[in-house]
Amino acid sequence: MSAPYTRTAKSLHWLMAVLLIGLLALGFYMHDLPLSPEKLKLYAWHKWAGVSAFLLVLVRLAWRIGHPPPALPASMSRPMQLAAHAGHGLLYVLMIAIPLTGWLMSSAKGFQTVWFGVLPIPDLLGKDKETGELLALVHKSLNLLFVAVILGHVGAALKHHFIDKDGLLDRMR
Amino acid sequence: MQTRFASTLAALAAVASLTSLAPITAGAAEYTQVTAAQSSIAFSYQQMGVKMDGQFKRFAAQLAFDPAKPASAKASFDVELASIDTGSADADAEVAGKPWFNTKAFPTARFVSSSVKPLGKDRYEVAGTLTIKGQSREIVVPASFSANGNAGAFDGSFTIRRGDFAIGEGSWSKFDIVANDVQIKFHIAASASAPNGNRK
Repeated sequence: MSAPYTRTAKSLHWLMAVLLIGLLALGFYMHDLPLSPEKLKLYAWHKWAGVSAFLLVLVRLAWRIGHPPPALPASMSRPMQLAAHAGHGLLYVLMIAIPLTGWLMSSAKGFQTVWFGVLPIPDLLGKDKETGELLALVHKSLNLLFVAVILGHVGAALKHHFIDKDGLLDRMR
Repeated sequence: MQTRFASTLAALAAVASLTSLAPITAGAAEYTQVTAAQSSIAFSYQQMGVKMDGQFKRFAAQLAFDPAKPASAKASFDVELASIDTGSADADAEVAGKPWFNTKAFPTARFVSSSVKPLGKDRYEVAGTLTIKGQSREIVVPASFSANGNAGAFDGSFTIRRGDFAIGEGSWSKFDIVANDVQIKFHIAASASAPNGNRK
């Protein structure tokens, strides 16, 4: 087994795993609810958690710059290593892009984001119905892609653990 | 020399008296026509700590306001509640329903003034009865008036509590998600009645 990730990297990884899966589940669930106080509350929570996830991914990227992740196992072929790097890159792109589209969508739909009901996040876009609907579609599509990439990520980790038995998963424990 | 001075003085006095009379003449106009297209009735409230706003697109008004005799002014408004624009179609449909405005049974919100108190400097305090959803409350609305010839405008804002009018019943009746206080902000454009109407 190669060197493990730092403890901070591990904590951030698992904290965000829980947060992002929760955010995804909440997002898909709340979307179809009929209008109710519950729905408004869930939307607010989703937005607060989304802003938090965005800040966490910035912390994570900053940590990663100072603490490069351990190298992939030498047993992996060059194309597989490239695929792994591309997959991780895409996860980071989505972790940045999804909250940004959510924030812009909220502004375009006329619902400002106020973090935990206390800190107002400025509206970059003015209220506009068509822009709002377009951003809703983008937000949703990116999330569907995110689910697919997460499934690939989990699937790859499990393959390393149970089929390749190269100890890759242990580096994140 | 003496006579020229006297005539200049007389001319100055005439000009001065004309200028001082001018506002009184302008003030004699009575504003009776509300220009709905240039008026607006907007509202705002807090939802989960976020300020939300919207407006009512249609209302009817009766008005009689003479700036020279504000105490005898009268105003009444009928706001068509189904003309609400909350900013989302979902919410527009929701608030027309029974827990909110119940627009089928109570299509309008009505305000009828009972007294107008001048506060000086074009500011007034309008007291009256606001009736929404069968509930009546006495309210006091501060308004400022500005005139530009035959066109005048009233501006002001006041706060009502939606709970006073049973707006948002059942699961909406708690104020933790949608706040109780609702700010109403209005701009009412009015024009003075045609001068020939006052001629004998």
